[in-house]
Amino acid sequence: MSAAPMLAVTGLHASYGKIEALKGVDLDIKRGEIVALIGANGAGKSTLMMTIFGKPRARAGAIIYDGIDITDLPTHEIARMRIAQSPEGRRIFPRMSVAENLQMGADVNESTPAERAESLDKVLALFPRLKERMTQRGGTLSGGEQQMLAIGRALMSRPRLLLLDEPSLGLAPLIAKQIFDAIRVLNKQDGLTVLIVEQNANHALRLAHRGYVMVNGLITLSGTGAELLKAPEIRSAYLEGGRHG
Amino acid sequence: MAANASQAKTARGPDAAFILKKAVISALVALVLFSLMIGIRTEAGSDGQLTWWTRFGDLAAMVAVVFGGSIVMELLRHWWGPVDTVRVVPPSAQKVFSFAGRALVPALLIFTFLVPVIFYDERYILDLGILVLTYVMLGWGLNVVVGLAGLLDLGYVAFYAVGAYSYALLATNFGLSFWICLPLAGILAAFFGVLLGFPVLRLRGDYLAIVTLAFGEIIRLVIINWQTLTGGPNGISGIPRPTMFGIPLTPGDGGLADRLGIEFSPTHRIVFLFYLILALALLTNWVTIRLRRLPIGRAWEALREDEVACRALGINTTTTKLTAFATGAMFGGFAGAFFATRQGFISPESFTFHESALVLAIVVLGGMGSQLGVALAALAMIGGFELFRGLEQFRMLVFGGAMVLLMIWRPRGLIGHRAPTVFLERNTVISSDLVKEGHG
Repeated sequence: MSAAPMLAVTGLHASYGKIEALKGVDLDIKRGEIVALIGANGAGKSTLMMTIFGKPRARAGAIIYDGIDITDLPTHEIARMRIAQSPEGRRIFPRMSVAENLQMGADVNESTPAERAESLDKVLALFPRLKERMTQRGGTLSGGEQQMLAIGRALMSRPRLLLLDEPSLGLAPLIAKQIFDAIRVLNKQDGLTVLIVEQNANHALRLAHRGYVMVNGLITLSGTGAELLKAPEIRSAYLEGGRHG
Repeated sequence: MAANASQAKTARGPDAAFILKKAVISALVALVLFSLMIGIRTEAGSDGQLTWWTRFGDLAAMVAVVFGGSIVMELLRHWWGPVDTVRVVPPSAQKVFSFAGRALVPALLIFTFLVPVIFYDERYILDLGILVLTYVMLGWGLNVVVGLAGLLDLGYVAFYAVGAYSYALLATNFGLSFWICLPLAGILAAFFGVLLGFPVLRLRGDYLAIVTLAFGEIIRLVIINWQTLTGGPNGISGIPRPTMFGIPLTPGDGGLADRLGIEFSPTHRIVFLFYLILALALLTNWVTIRLRRLPIGRAWEALREDEVACRALGINTTTTKLTAFATGAMFGGFAGAFFATRQGFISPESFTFHESALVLAIVVLGGMGSQLGVALAALAMIGGFELFRGLEQFRMLVFGGAMVLLMIWRPRGLIGHRAPTVFLERNTVISSDLVKEGHG
């Protein structure tokens, strides 16, 4: 891990019309880290994720990725800088086959066929379920499989930074655990840097090296995953209230 | 499990009581409706007074037709059910079907190539063939925009018009040959496609449809009113006929017949036009099939599915939409140039909304995104329309009825499946019942 962060967000403001969703967010992610961003509904977690991708545009503040200011770049150019996103609600292509969905992830960058085959092997090794489903159309998959596909599609672009928005949303606990295990494997084996947005604070903080807590468009607390798990504010707000954690 | 359930459903077969009940209800509704409409005939008498008489015989016949028709329709529905029923087909028959399915495209293609040979003496069939092929080409062109990119375009005729007027104006004013004008017409139409594309980048669905509809009308109105350039409602006449790469298809010295030393016949030109539009249509088809396998074609389809996900995957949605519009428009422009050279005369009347609707109907009827389906639908729509010419004013009625029936039985179009373009090991088609609008 080098000293300079892979992604540094400073004083970020963003809004939907008159409603200010981000009110000066500071956050950084170091190379090889898993960072969890937790918070209640409407805290601005997903907005932060989307603002990193330029939609909605930041009103003030800066987003520095790997030393490059990407604050004002068009969304598609940001995506081509090997930052991949698995958006909230999975958003796979329902009428296209699983193979085509995965291919879509690889179309973006100019990877060679050999590199594509390698990425595909890696994704299928990570999620063997997808291999059985290659010719099915995406919309016929179960929720968990769709989430695997969404993450797999993001991985096909050979990202260096992966943004995951609520990967456990609507999944059975067992499937959610499989997804989290896969993220851990990716981080350990390939050194992939991950920013994960979650409502499932318990799972996310156990997985993450560090975590940020967001309330009303502001970061209110940060620390290592273990620290946050013990913090009384977190316990009362996110863990003991939701017993499913 | 699901298959067993639906097999049990079909095995149970038509339920006589149910069918009878439905037929009786239909007949009763018909009786109520028709008793006044048909049962009683009113007319103004010689002194202007109202005379009326009853026609119970006709009424009885109508009700009987509805009763019988209802039974026939229910039986047909059981025999050739909607897409979610599983039909029990013996394996041998399945083999025959799958062979027929695979042989259909080559057989159709060979037949199309042979049409001018078989029907050389039948000018009517050749003309009809040219017309059908023109609509096949338009359908394939619009398919790029509607079927692949999912952008509902109700103003496709605008590009057809741009292509036709481009050729007509360039040829009559500057004396350029068809083969120079053809690419120019395509480029100009593509340019207009981009022009339409820019303002509608943010629109989807209904809103997009309204703007494209307006665009089609704007082009038509401009053509009507810009008299100095387009001749307004009078149109442009005397558009040069195409030459066979510089060799005119005319009688006399230097014509094709003269050079080959055969007797001149006007059919030569018709046959040439037939092969010309066939080549253009096949070009459209080939380009579309190739594009579907390239990242740009996949991006079109992905755009149809989910725009947000596309952006997150680094697809430039602006250029992707514009290329879809431009590509579709370009083929429309080619078809327009062909139309102009075939007719020799064009006027704004040829480019009304009716044409857009017809081409869109072909695409939807054929099954969005299916190349073969579009071709079959064009054949059915244009050819079928001619077939029913003998029915005179009932033609539209038969036609509308046929379309309603088709939409009941094949709600996803004639060929409702789409073939994936990325394979791991083997190629399987995605069945039409799995292909649904919106989110899975």
